Amino acid sequence: MSSKSLGGAGIKAFIKKYAMMLVFVVIVIFFTIMTDGIFLQPRNLSNLFRQMAIIGVLATGMSLVIVSGNIDLSVGTFLGFVSGLASAGMVWWNWRTPAAILLGILVGVVVGFLHGMLIAYLKLPAFITTLGTQFVFRGGLLGVIKGQTVAPLHESFVFIGQGYLARSVGWIIAIVATVLFIISVFNRRKKNKQLGIQSNPIGKDIVKIIAFIVVVFVFVYLMNIYEGIPVPTLILLGLSLLYTFIAEKTTFGRSVYAIGGNSMAAQYAGINVNRVITVVYMLSGALSAVAGLIMAARLNAGSPQSGLFMETDAIASAVIGGISMAGGTGKVYGALFGALLMASLDNGMSMMNVETFWQYIVKGAVLVLAVLFDIQSKSKK
Amino acid sequence: MPNNEATNTNQTIDRNSVILEMKDITKTFPGVVALSDVNFCLRTGTVHAICGENGAGKSTLIKVLSGVHPTGSYEGEIIVNSEPKVFNSVKDAEEVGIVCIHQELVLVPELTVAENMFLGHQPNHRGVIDRARLFQETQDLLVRLGINKEDAPPDILATDIIGDLSVGKQQLVEIAKALSKDCRILILDEPTSALTESEADVLLDIIRGLRERGISSIYISHKLDEVMEIADDVTIIRDGQYIGTKPKSDIKKSDIIAMMVGRELTNQFPEVDHERGKVRFEIKNYNVYRPGTDRKLIDNISFQARQGEVLGVSGLMGSGRTELFSSICGILPNRSEGEVYLDGELLNIKSPNDAIKNGIYYLTEDRNRYGLVLNMSVLENITLSSLKKVSKAGVLDRDKEVAYSNEYVDKINIKTASNDVKVSTLSGGNRQKVAIAKSLLTDPKVLILDEPTRGIDVGAKYEIYTIIHELVNEGVVVIVISSEMEEILGLSDRILVFSAGRLGGEIDISDASQVEIMKMATGFESDG
Repeated sequence: MSSKSLGGAGIKAFIKKYAMMLVFVVIVIFFTIMTDGIFLQPRNLSNLFRQMAIIGVLATGMSLVIVSGNIDLSVGTFLGFVSGLASAGMVWWNWRTPAAILLGILVGVVVGFLHGMLIAYLKLPAFITTLGTQFVFRGGLLGVIKGQTVAPLHESFVFIGQGYLARSVGWIIAIVATVLFIISVFNRRKKNKQLGIQSNPIGKDIVKIIAFIVVVFVFVYLMNIYEGIPVPTLILLGLSLLYTFIAEKTTFGRSVYAIGGNSMAAQYAGINVNRVITVVYMLSGALSAVAGLIMAARLNAGSPQSGLFMETDAIASAVIGGISMAGGTGKVYGALFGALLMASLDNGMSMMNVETFWQYIVKGAVLVLAVLFDIQSKSKK
Repeated sequence: MPNNEATNTNQTIDRNSVILEMKDITKTFPGVVALSDVNFCLRTGTVHAICGENGAGKSTLIKVLSGVHPTGSYEGEIIVNSEPKVFNSVKDAEEVGIVCIHQELVLVPELTVAENMFLGHQPNHRGVIDRARLFQETQDLLVRLGINKEDAPPDILATDIIGDLSVGKQQLVEIAKALSKDCRILILDEPTSALTESEADVLLDIIRGLRERGISSIYISHKLDEVMEIADDVTIIRDGQYIGTKPKSDIKKSDIIAMMVGRELTNQFPEVDHERGKVRFEIKNYNVYRPGTDRKLIDNISFQARQGEVLGVSGLMGSGRTELFSSICGILPNRSEGEVYLDGELLNIKSPNDAIKNGIYYLTEDRNRYGLVLNMSVLENITLSSLKKVSKAGVLDRDKEVAYSNEYVDKINIKTASNDVKVSTLSGGNRQKVAIAKSLLTDPKVLILDEPTRGIDVGAKYEIYTIIHELVNEGVVVIVISSEMEEILGLSDRILVFSAGRLGGEIDISDASQVEIMKMATGFESDG
C-alpha cells in the first residue's frame, strides 16, 4: 500500500516540479493548432526569439533582485525611459550610436545606485520605492520625447534590435559553444576525480552533451532557414550566460543568495548586505537599460508606449523560471525559460488576433498562477 | 536539591489509572524511520518526561500525538481514556483535551495578554468584544493557575502587551492560553530552553499545581535536573526506538543519560588543564544605550580576556550579556561608547565585517535565525564568512571551498551525508557545528560563543566542549556566554557575572559555586 501511495506522490511531485514546463507545452500545442502550424515556422520562431530578447534581458536583471529578497516594479517604465532618451539623443541631439548605448547603460547604473541607496541604506520598502520610481520614469519618458514618437534612428543602432548574424557566423558560434561545453563537462569530471567527488555516470554526461548539441544545432539551423540568429537574441544569451556566472561563481553571487536566504545571518557572517543589494540594483538597472536600447532599436523609434507594464512580464518570467519570491533560491538562467513562455503568449495571441484587453487579462492571470505554483511548492515541502 | 514531597498520591485522583496510551507507533519519512514501534503510557494527573538526544524522535512522537501528523500517516494506535482516537488535525486533538505548547511561541506580540489568551473565542455580544469580561476572565484564569498570587500584586496584567513581557512570562501566558481551552493533557516541548532559572522555577511550580488539579503533562526537556525535579515517570527513546519507562524514584540522572546515549557517560565535561597566558582582549568603560534615549543598557563595563583560558559569562536573562557582545562586534545598532583592545591595539568596529576582519567572531545564540542560511548547503554556510579566502578576484574557487569544508567537517566531526546537503536537514548539534566551522575558517583570534549548546543533546554538547578546549590550546581567546550554570562551572576558567547591565562580579573557577554566582547576578537588582 505504501509503495503505491509513494508512486502517487512521485507523480504529484513530478507535476509540481515541471508544472510550468507542462503549461508551456500546452501553450505551444494550442497556438500551433490555432494558427495552422504557422506558430512553429522558422519565420515566426525567429520573430518569437527576437521578442523574447527584451523580456528576457529584463527578467535576467530582475532575477537577482528577487533572489536577494527584493523587487523592482520600475523596470518596465525605466526601459521605456531609456529607449526614449536614446532615441531623443540620436534624433535631436546628434548622439552617435556608441554614445547612445553607453549613456543609456550609465543612466541604468546610476538609477540602480539610487534605488540601492533608498532601499538598502535608507531601508525604504523596495515595493513602495520602485512603485514610486515607476511613475517617475513614466513621466521622464513622456518629458524627454515630448509625448511624440521620435524616429528614425541610426542604422548602426537599429542593428542591435533588428539585425541578424550572417549564417556562417551562426554555425561558428554553434561549434565553439559545443566544444566549450564538452571541455567543461570533462574538466568537471577531472576535477571531481581529483577532489574525490563522485561524478555523474559517464553515460549521463554523454546524453547531456548530445542533448546540448541537438538543441544548439537545431536552433541555429531554424534561425538560419530564415535570416540567421537575431542579434538581440544573441545579446540575451550572452547576458544570461554572464549573469549565471556572476550568480553561481562569484563571491558577490553567493552573497546575494545568502542575503535572500537569511539576510540577518548574512550580515552576522560579515557580508556587507547594503552594498551587495545596491550592486544588485545597479546591475538590474544596467540590464533594464540594455532592454530599453534593444526596444528602441527594434521599433526604430522612441515611443510614448514603450515598456508599459513590462515589469509584469519580467516578474512573471523570473517566477515561472523557478526563482522564488521568497528569495534565496532559483537559477538565473531560469528567467530565459520564463521569458520564452511570456513571449510565446504575446506572439501567439497576436497571431490569433486576440484583442488587447484579453492579452492583458491572460498575462496577469499567468503571473498570479506562477506565484501560486511557487507558494505551493514551498508549503508542501 | 530537588525535594520529593509531592510524590505521595492524594485525594480523589487515581494516579494509577491510564489516561493516554500510544501503542506501537511507527512513523516513516521518505528514507528515514523516525519512530519504530514506540510505546508510551501516561498516568492520570502525573508529569511524564520524555528524554532522548536530538533526533531521537521526541518531536515526531509529539507531532503524532497532537495531530500534526494525522492518523493514517503513521502506524499504531492512540488511546485516550480507553477509546481509540482518530486525529485528522491539531483541532481534533485539542477537542479531546490534548494541547501542545511548542518551543517557538505563537503569540501575537502587538496584542494584550487577554486578547492573546482568547484569540478566536473572545467573550462577545453579537460580535462586539466585551472587553470588561475579557480582562476579568483573564485575570481570574491567571490567579487560578497560580501565575498571579491572590494576595500579591499580579505578575502579569491582562492588559500587558505581549511584546513587552519577558520570554518567561510569555511562556506562562502560552500555558494559560492552552488551559483556557479544556485541556487535560498538556504537552510542553522544551519549555524552559529560553528561560532563566528563576523563571523556570515559576514554570515548574505551575506544572506542579496543574498536577494537583489532575491535569497530566508530558514534559520534554534536555535539562535533566528539571526532569528529576518535576517528573513522576520518565520515558527514554533513542534513534526512534522505545528504550524504556521508569518511575522517577527508581532512576538516577546518570541512568537517564546512559539510556539516552546508549553508553555510560562518565563525565559531562572534558577535564582539561589550560596554560593561562597574557591578556589579549580588553574592553574598557563600555556603555550601550537604549534606542533613542540616554538610558544605559550596559553601564560602564570593563574586563580582560586572556590567552589560554575559557572566559565564562553568566547572568540572568536580560542582564545585557548578549547586548554587550553583539554591540562590541558591530551587530547591535544601538549607540555605544567604550574602547575595545586586541593585543594592545585599539579597534574601531562598526559592523560584523569589521569585527571579523579584526579577528573577532561572535557566534549568535539563535543559530537558526541569525547564524545559518538554512536553505544553503553545509559547504556554502561554512565558507560564508570567508568568501575572500576561497576566491580569486571575486571568482569562487570550488576546489578550495571543497577542501576547506571537508577539513572542518572532519576536524569537528559534523555528521552530514555530504557537504552539498542543505543545513536545514541537519540536527541542532550538527547545525551548531556548521556555525562553529564557519567561524573557525576565518581564523579568529577571539571567539565569542553565545549559548553554544542551547537545545543540543548531551553527546553533541560534550563534543562542542572538546572543540572549545582545543581552540583554547591552539591560542584562541574563547568567551562563552551561557545561561546554564552547570555549563559555566564545568567549562570556564574564569567567570564574569552580569547583573542588570553591569558587571556584578568576576570570579575564578576555583572559588566559584552556583550560590556565589547567583549572589553576584542578583546583587545589583535592587538598584533597578
